[in-house]
Amino acid sequence: MADTVQTRPLAAPTEVGLGREELLGMYRTMLLARALGQRMWLLARTGKTHFAVSGDGHEAVQVAAAQALDRTQDWCIPFYRDLAMMLHLGITARDVMLDDMARAEAPFGRGRQLPAHWSARRLRIVSGSSPVTTQLLHAAGVALASKLRGETAVTLTTCGDGATSEGDFHEALNFASVHRLPVVFVVENNGWAISVPRHKQMAVASIAERAAGYAMPGVTVDGTDLLESYKVIKEAVDRARAGEGPTLIDAQVVRLVPHSTNDDERRYRPAEELADAKARDPLPRYRAHLVAQRLLTEADDTELKQEVAQVVDDATDFAERSSYPDPSEIATHLYAGR
Amino acid sequence: MAVKTMVQTIRDTLYGEMERDPNIIVMGEDVGMGGVFRATDGLRAAFGEERVIDTPLAESGIVGVAIGASLNGLRPVAEIQFADFILPAFNQIVNEAAKMRYRSGGDFWCPLVIRVPYGGNIKGGIYHSQSVEAYFAHVPGLTVVAPAFPYDAAGLLRAAIRAEDPVLFLEHKFTYNAIRGEVPADDHLVPIGQAEVKRPGKNLSVFTYGLMLHYSLRAAEDLAKEGLEAEVVDLRTLLPLDKETILASARKTGKVLIVHEDSKTGGLGAEVSAIIAEEGFEYLDAPIKRVTGPDVPAVPYAPPLEEAFMPSPEKVLHAMRELAAY
Repeated sequence: MADTVQTRPLAAPTEVGLGREELLGMYRTMLLARALGQRMWLLARTGKTHFAVSGDGHEAVQVAAAQALDRTQDWCIPFYRDLAMMLHLGITARDVMLDDMARAEAPFGRGRQLPAHWSARRLRIVSGSSPVTTQLLHAAGVALASKLRGETAVTLTTCGDGATSEGDFHEALNFASVHRLPVVFVVENNGWAISVPRHKQMAVASIAERAAGYAMPGVTVDGTDLLESYKVIKEAVDRARAGEGPTLIDAQVVRLVPHSTNDDERRYRPAEELADAKARDPLPRYRAHLVAQRLLTEADDTELKQEVAQVVDDATDFAERSSYPDPSEIATHLYAGR
Repeated sequence: MAVKTMVQTIRDTLYGEMERDPNIIVMGEDVGMGGVFRATDGLRAAFGEERVIDTPLAESGIVGVAIGASLNGLRPVAEIQFADFILPAFNQIVNEAAKMRYRSGGDFWCPLVIRVPYGGNIKGGIYHSQSVEAYFAHVPGLTVVAPAFPYDAAGLLRAAIRAEDPVLFLEHKFTYNAIRGEVPADDHLVPIGQAEVKRPGKNLSVFTYGLMLHYSLRAAEDLAKEGLEAEVVDLRTLLPLDKETILASARKTGKVLIVHEDSKTGGLGAEVSAIIAEEGFEYLDAPIKRVTGPDVPAVPYAPPLEEAFMPSPEKVLHAMRELAAY
């Protein structure tokens, strides 16, 4: 778990080929995801909505993944913790809040699904369900279609560490490898499947080891280190685009909050483990790097946080002013033309 | 018009559709060499390995990958080798393919066909003989079809491939080589959701599909020798059911027999009965009757047990006589 992760020094900006604008843009997305996620958590805990699930602690690898994709052609098949990834790919705070409040115009599913079940055809972000891991097979299928047409699009898909126990994990990695498909599998490994710790989920020391069973590269990365995560994912994306097949990435992240608003982690989570997780919070870490690199001043930071808070308020107000779906919509979008 | 077996018809229709639309791919276990029933014979030679894909032996994977491909512009026709093996893919079919359009508010959908050889009377034992339609006919968002004649198989398969939503295409294994029929050379379509009266009659109605349609037609011929005319209705599409045709026939004859090979409890017959009870109660002159497989896990291997399981023309005729005499 946390203590097995080597904390590496943050890569210098030139090392990963990103300029100031991108480096700060990634920071802003992390801030927005954190603020928006916390607002949604609050709304659920105060009874204004019914449920929230958080990506707090996962933001660095998520933003890195979005940054590594070519937004003009690549596909993303995410899971429910991927708020920061979604925002960085172009989903707006208003979209997220409409969905959170299950409004009629909620763009991911018009109020049919729980919050955080993303979907955006225009961004090639595929709708997901709540049963875990099913989306990895969809990623293989999407990539199969891209490959068959001779396109250069890459498909990136994500899941949690608990999801790797499902049969679909095996079937997806096996299929993708047999057909050398352009897929990047990113496991956002926070060490917990609700209350079950990783050692009860798997006997292997690292999820990346499993890649050997599929003859594909498996890479472990500190998923709280944004630039290191970016490097690893970009390499996998480039490999996939070059026709060299899939990669499995074990991104070791932290879960900073309970599984969902319906969960009380005090029942199972040791206080020290939670403290260790909080010490690895990716946000202050990346902020410190930007400050050290003289890319961000304290004044910039304050201004950015104010701007993000306004975006969150605007999105909340916007969604609150919007109406719920009409009961007459119960059977729409069931079959084509209906 | 050419006379073909069911399996030839499936193969020729797949061939024609693949020739017409380069986005159609075929995938499943052993489909490259032609499939265990030869339904995909010749496709790999004609269209190549890229479009006729031998998948790893993993049913959830077959359907899950087909779903993904359907989201990105392809029109996959996935084959599950035997209906009995479809259950590992149940989650992908029911929770993913069938719910994709609804859950995303129309953002994504799955133009996907899953071909499923099913049914008994082939000495297949309990894991090569099952009927699975009742599991799936309960699932909104899915379409379930079960043709009995080559003409309908060709027309419904084309309609299924060209549809924008997932279709479970059930092919009764015994009919593959046992049933022949005329198939036009043109690109005819049989509309999804329409039953058809295969034999008109005035004394009682029989609602059925698949192999049981053929048994019911045979029984109706024998019944006619006794001066009684059974109207035999081929449901053809099991989800959505064609209520209009069902109710019109019940109204005409006043007596209803439902025949299916699948076990009785919660089977298709229960839904057909409920439709008639709810919307056609006043048409009835007798209680609704069902001839079905018994409520045991599936078709046993030992020949006397298989025979005991399967509804037969004789069992159907017996039920027809009882109903007519009520």
